[in-house]
Order: sequence, then structure tokens, then C-alpha cells
Amino acid sequence: MEAPEQYPFDVAALRADFPILERSVGGDPTTPGEGPDDDVDLVYLDNAATSHTPDPVVETIADYYRTYNSNVHRGIHQLSQEASVAYEEAHDTVADFIGAAGREEVIFTKNTTEAMNLVAYAWGLETLGPEDNVVLTEMEHHASLVTWQQIGARTGADVRYIEVESDGTLDMDDAAAKIDDDTAMVSVVHISNTLGTVNPISELASMTHEHDGLIFADGAQSVPNRPVDVADLDVDFFAFSGHKMCGPTGIGVLYGRQALLESMQPYLYGGEMIRKVTFEESTWEDLPWKFEAGTPSIAQGIGLAAAIEYIESIGLERIEAHEELLAEYAHEQLSDLDGVEIYGPAGDERGGLVAFNVDGVHAHDLSSILNDYGVAVRAGDHCTQPLHDKLGVAASVRASFYVYNTVEEVDVLVEAVTAARDLFA
Amino acid sequence: MYRQQILDHYKNPRNYGELEDPDFTHVGENPSCGDTIQMEVDLADDGETIAAARFTGDGCAISMAAASMLSEELHGMTTDELDALETDDVTDLLGVDVSPMRIKCAVLGRQVAQDGAKIHAGELDPNAERTITEE
Repeated sequence: MEAPEQYPFDVAALRADFPILERSVGGDPTTPGEGPDDDVDLVYLDNAATSHTPDPVVETIADYYRTYNSNVHRGIHQLSQEASVAYEEAHDTVADFIGAAGREEVIFTKNTTEAMNLVAYAWGLETLGPEDNVVLTEMEHHASLVTWQQIGARTGADVRYIEVESDGTLDMDDAAAKIDDDTAMVSVVHISNTLGTVNPISELASMTHEHDGLIFADGAQSVPNRPVDVADLDVDFFAFSGHKMCGPTGIGVLYGRQALLESMQPYLYGGEMIRKVTFEESTWEDLPWKFEAGTPSIAQGIGLAAAIEYIESIGLERIEAHEELLAEYAHEQLSDLDGVEIYGPAGDERGGLVAFNVDGVHAHDLSSILNDYGVAVRAGDHCTQPLHDKLGVAASVRASFYVYNTVEEVDVLVEAVTAARDLFA
Repeated sequence: MYRQQILDHYKNPRNYGELEDPDFTHVGENPSCGDTIQMEVDLADDGETIAAARFTGDGCAISMAAASMLSEELHGMTTDELDALETDDVTDLLGVDVSPMRIKCAVLGRQVAQDGAKIHAGELDPNAERTITEE
């Protein structure tokens, strides 16, 4: 495959918003930041773990701390009002971004994992019993898999897994068999963080709803790089993390249908989430604050809204096209190498990531050698240990792309993989 | 990190295999890497000098090379000397700077040998979980 000449947007200009991309690596990893021994250009291909933060988002966060840092919902003074308005409006920005009805359906959490746990505790522990089942997939992230496994153990609910086919897609016949009248919850990853598979969420949603169950989609790997509309997907719950989409760490989102969220008891108790407290009892704030106990991640919530504005200014359709271009190119280039095994669907049917192994080279050795070339990838089980067991490998290396990555960076990856393979031959 | 000596020990591990009737056998793993190492040791008649050591395992080049190099060092060492081995002793054997995230790979073989000796001496519960050097 020829290197594509045309990106869907001006990648070179966009890179100027990310000064970290200009740094070198290779020196002492125990001292943060670029040092004198850092002598090789960074090629950052670990975006499925976390993406970088562009200057406009960093500036938004810095501006909050510099000019209106204050606690929210507590003060009548001006700074608190400014912070409260910005923090509340960040919920509106998220609601518009994912097609939610309003801020009542948007709860800020620490990350996707916390969003999953919120539903598991506030809904699952209260609702599930031995007569129920929870349907997951074999490609679930531990955030979903471990959480429902524990809720199943505590409530007696049966936890079952939709099988993954050898091409990395879900076995939809198995889904139809596993989702039945006793299914209370289907918790499924939108895009697999290991296989790159894009799962048919709306199809699964209609199967689930036919049996009067609820469906929770994990959007950690989909929201950053394609248009997502929770109404189109017809999901009951949805979650994603800010730090994988140009936002800061410490902020994630739980979307839930308003009626469901209203029927659920709070997950955390304390300040911020109460309306009236006596020595005997308490009542709860309206949505979404009922689920945001304590001082929230204010700067991070405002930063998330800035990140959404940033990626919307690029255009989610264009970001998706760019990711597909890089993933397809990487898939083809790596497929051409002898001894490289790639997991998941073919190049044009996947999200912007490629997980693979090189015959005879352990994933951690491969990642160490790639690091010598400045290439940052994830090596390990990517929080999908049972899926790796099914694939018959202990670990894999994952290259994942984002808005600022280029074809030339994929070429460096391929060069480094080739060198590692030859070193161990 | 991948000097010729490390690649040599990885591709041609020394003392790789099992003993016929070892005084003790112990297995350990790093779950996130999938590294697994089994160490088998024969003690001399004094009950404390290591007469022979063999290992088997599956894992990255750092863990396998470190176990291979350690197996050579163990011969003639006392169990007290084994117990005194520190992380720096292992990285000195490897002869390279091991990056912080890979230290657990380098020390797995040492940890397995030390835990096996302690179980043999009755100083560690043999029913405890298998050695895990994950941090």
C-alpha cells in the first residue's frame, strides 16, 4: 500500500498544539521531562492508553486556576459562581456532544471505570438476584468484566460472555442465545481496546430491549475518534474518559437515561449531593449532582468541555477517517512482515489501534526495543487478560493512533519492529 | 538493554531443565507479563550448599536471561548467600541498566529461588500463593 498523500485535515498544523510531540526520549526515565541524554524523537503511539493534551485545553485549565479557581455550588461570592457556571455548562457541552437529552443525564466521574462501578453498585447490587443474568463479551475491558464479575458473586446473578469469533468480531448468534428473558444487563465494549473491533451496539441494544434488559456500552475507545450519539445507539448507560480525547485525567462521564438515574440511589454520600440533612435522614439533590458527592474535579470537568470543543473543531468524521487511514496503513505494513501476528478484524473494519506480537519476541522485550527507537506503545494484557488467554498469548504490543499521528510515524514503528525481529532471530 | 550476552542466555539458557530428585522445587510468575519460572535445587550433604540448580520457564528475554545467569551463580552458593542476594546483584549479573518497569522481570528467578529455599527451611508457608514479584 502506498503511503496516503492526503489527510482529512492539516495534521502538521495541528501538531503545533502539542509541544510534547517535539520532545526526545532515550535518557533517564526516573527524572520527568526531557533531559540531556534524550536523543531520539518521540513517536507516541499509545493513545488508547492516554492521549496528549493540546495547548488550548491546557490553557483552559490554567486559566481556571489562575483566574477563577473556587469551589462549586457553595459560595455566593463571584469566583464560586463563575466556577459553578463553567462546571455546570461543561455538563451541557458533554450532553450536546453525545446526544443526551440534557445535563441531567450526564454525571461526571473519575473515569470510565468509576462510571461502570457507579452503575454496578447503585443499580446492580440493589437490583440483581440469582434469577438474573448479566451478559458481557469475551473482549470486555477489566473495568466492565471484573466489576460485573464481583457484582455477580455478591448477588448470585449469572455472568455470561458472548463469544468472540476467530476474526475478532462478536458471535451474534451466541449473543442471541445468551441474551434472554432473565437478562437484566448487557455490558459491552463499543470498540475493543485490544482487537479494535467496532461492536454493533444498536443491534445489541435492540436484542437487549426485546427482552426488557438494560444495555451499558463502554465508549472509552469510541468517543475520542468518531461521532457517537447515545440516542442513535439506543443505550441505557454509556461511559467514557476525558484523558483519551485530548482532555485531562481525573474526569470521565457516565451517561444514563434520566428515568433510570432518578430511580437509582446515590453511589457516594456526602456533601454536594444532598438537599436537606437532619440528624435522622437526608434527601438528595437533583440530577446529575445526586451522583457527584464531594468536591468534584472542577478544572478537569471544564477541561473536558474544552477538549470536546477542540476535537469538534477538527470534526469527528474527519478524525474517524484519519484513524482509519493510519490503522489500515499500519495493519497492512505490519501484515507484510514475516513473523508478525495481528489480532482483530481486517484493516478497514477497526478502530484506530493495532495489537500484535512478533514470533519469538516477548511483548515486553519488543516494547523495550521500540522504546529505543522512540516509539511509545503499550505492552501487556491491556486489561483484557481473559481475552489474551483465549488468543493463547500472555501479552501483546498495541500501537494506537490519534489526531496528531502521521504515516511517517507508522513507518518508524515498522522499522523498529523489523529491527527487533532481526535482533531476536 | 539487549546486549549480546543477554540474547545469548535467552536463546541458549544454561542449566535449563529439571533435576531427578531435587531437594526443593518452586514456581513463580509475573501475571501481567505472563513470565513463569520454576527453579529446582539439589543441596549438598551439609544441607546448605547448593550442589545443582535447574530452571524452566517461559517469559521475556530479561527474565529468562537473568534466571539463566543466576543458575550459574547458584552452584556452590549457600542458602544464606542466596537469601542475601539483592536486586543490584541480579542487575550486575545482567550487566545492563534495567529500566524501572522491567526490574520485576529481572528479579523473578532470584525471588523464586529464595522463596523455594525458605519453604524448604520451614521459614515460609508452602501453601502461600506462588511467588509473585508484581509490584
